Amino acid sequence: MSANQSMTGRRARSRLSRLAVAIVAVALTVAACTSSDDDAEPAAETAAAADAGTADTAAEATETTAAVAADDTPADEPAAPADTEPIRVGSLLDETGPLNIYGTPMADATRLAIADINAKGGVLGRQLELVALDSKSDQNEYIAGADRLVSEDLAVVHAGITSASREAIRPIFDEAELLYFYNVLYEGGVCDRNTFVTGVVPTQQLQVLIPWAIENMGPRLYVLAADYNYGQISADWVREYAAVNGGEIVGEDFFPLDVAEFGTTISEVQEASPDAVVSLLVGGAHMSFYSQYNAAGVNADIPIVSTTFGLGSEQVALDAASSEGIVVAYPYFEELDTAVNAEFVAAWHGEFGSDYPYVTDLAVYVWEGWHLWADAVNAAGTLDRDAVIAQLESGVSFVSPKGEVSLDGGSHHLVQPVSLARANADNGFDVFETFDNIPPSFEQDVCDLIASPDTNEQFTP
Amino acid sequence: MAFDRLFNLGFDLVTSISVLALVSVGLAITFGMRGIINLAHGEFIMLGAFATLTGVRNGLNTWVAMLAAAVAVGVFGIIVERLLIRWLYARLADTMLATWGLSLVMVQVIENIYGSVTEGIAVPVGDFSVGNYSMSTYNVVLMGAAVACVLVTYAVMRHTRYGLHARASVQSPSMAESLGVNTSRINMWTFGFGASLAGAAGAVLAPLVGVIPTMGQTFVARSFMTVIVGGPAFVAGPVSASGLLGFIENVSTNLFTPVIGQAMLLIAAIVILRFLPQGLTGQRSLR
Repeated sequence: MSANQSMTGRRARSRLSRLAVAIVAVALTVAACTSSDDDAEPAAETAAAADAGTADTAAEATETTAAVAADDTPADEPAAPADTEPIRVGSLLDETGPLNIYGTPMADATRLAIADINAKGGVLGRQLELVALDSKSDQNEYIAGADRLVSEDLAVVHAGITSASREAIRPIFDEAELLYFYNVLYEGGVCDRNTFVTGVVPTQQLQVLIPWAIENMGPRLYVLAADYNYGQISADWVREYAAVNGGEIVGEDFFPLDVAEFGTTISEVQEASPDAVVSLLVGGAHMSFYSQYNAAGVNADIPIVSTTFGLGSEQVALDAASSEGIVVAYPYFEELDTAVNAEFVAAWHGEFGSDYPYVTDLAVYVWEGWHLWADAVNAAGTLDRDAVIAQLESGVSFVSPKGEVSLDGGSHHLVQPVSLARANADNGFDVFETFDNIPPSFEQDVCDLIASPDTNEQFTP
Repeated sequence: MAFDRLFNLGFDLVTSISVLALVSVGLAITFGMRGIINLAHGEFIMLGAFATLTGVRNGLNTWVAMLAAAVAVGVFGIIVERLLIRWLYARLADTMLATWGLSLVMVQVIENIYGSVTEGIAVPVGDFSVGNYSMSTYNVVLMGAAVACVLVTYAVMRHTRYGLHARASVQSPSMAESLGVNTSRINMWTFGFGASLAGAAGAVLAPLVGVIPTMGQTFVARSFMTVIVGGPAFVAGPVSASGLLGFIENVSTNLFTPVIGQAMLLIAAIVILRFLPQGLTGQRSLR
């Protein structure tokens, strides 16, 4: 009996362990799908899967917001019914899941921008009606969502956060000839007539940050970067700007996005003893680096500069000691002292509450994207895609909370101000220097969509 | 290699192993139970971190807040067991679905309460230096916490009447029942105990990671890998697996790059499970 029993037990255990292996596989896949931002290739692979099975899931997440500011609508315009019907526009962002540290402020900015445009009379005298889908930090939801948006008869779509998501949906909007805005800081290089980018690119941040770091901290830099295209490309640019400005890269490490333990790296940084650490780390897991760097007591000796710290409100999530003193370069900070910004932040807090953690840099690209589009349509006098693109390429500009930004017609990227700031003890930043009209220099070099409108690729350095 | 660098390497290694042991010992307990795959384990860790944060914000001493967090998550675990898990024993796929659903609900509820980012807590102790290297004193706390969790688990499982009943309920529930053990009640306590250890892990890690609602995902895959590589023994399993996997990951990260460190971790797990499908402690009886 005992032998029999132990046989059963062993068989049960072996079944359990086989199942367990399957679970690990599932858990790893879930983690990989939700937290990683790979290159475009995996995105392309998932397209087929999404078509097959998940096309209906985005529908559940649909939330159609008709942001109507009735009291401000010009009521005296006599117009045919078609001309008074709202213009439908689309948005597709990660409002839930791990990427919502970026997506939540962007989705809020979308709603605020639409409400603002509507309150100021709308576009072509018509109100905007927003079709907002949540991509749930899931690549498949992006493809399903984009497929849905192209079937919705929309005038424009502002969508995507990670580069992988952009590369998955951009071809869908291209094919449907649906005008597309990508309002996120990213690795740069996208050159596509149908796509406009308001986000800052690495060259814009680094041409300001690296010379400053070399001059004020010293020439020896240690680079820590997220291991995907953003981190890799940015690290190349750090190397280039360091070389041009008399600096030197003494160490370079890349981290998969789910790494949350940095003990070994912190030791290696101490061993190399650089003048500064350049952080190109991304996402919730990488946030741990700053805590552990502070806990090890290294941040007093070796300062950090970053082009990513703060994007996910790291300065709020981390305790003051871990974030204080980190120097960053972004176009926008909530603390920027301009009249337009004061009004913008007041409107933001009026809409979303005065305890809102931080109005992020990403939120303002979204605000600019919507306003640039609305202004261009109003100036063109039509929703026709080619007319709107021609108008946008003619060199439009907009006074944003960060200052004046202008669209570089050839590259479809923004010329914008970039400010340097230091994280302070109150979960915010102290801005100490602003540089106006920083061009997207790499994109201007490689991309001219006015001269060659058929270009459609992402250039890499 | 100079002594200070060697010490520093060893210190990092022990820290990595401690983190792995901390996040997996609670899971090892619930995993050992009959057919319970708790995919919400990462969220229990997250809950421990948020409970600590809440305690500190409300004026509790950091250490007291951490202890309270472990207890609170344990109580939460008991409630979950009574409402959800106890209907699903021996239904593996169902527990996976149910706990995965639970994890989604927990992330969203925490996010609705705290927002997607909220202010973290400070490391309660400073740092120390050996030679040219500065290290976190808090990592010593982490190591101590890992040892304490393991020892407490061992003591409870080996030397208490509850532990005896718990092991009996896992090994042979019908026999335990026939000898008068209330296995349903025992399983409730066991699940709560596992949850409480997960909560303790989250509490202790809170000052060292970004406390955000989705932080559980960072740990859940590693926890499962450690537990499965470790095999069925409650204590020896996670401890041996943490030691082995932590060593492999840390050394390969040091010799090569963090990317290779992660890859080696997975390769090691695959190779071990190929040759020891029941894990490192698979040949031994449940203890």
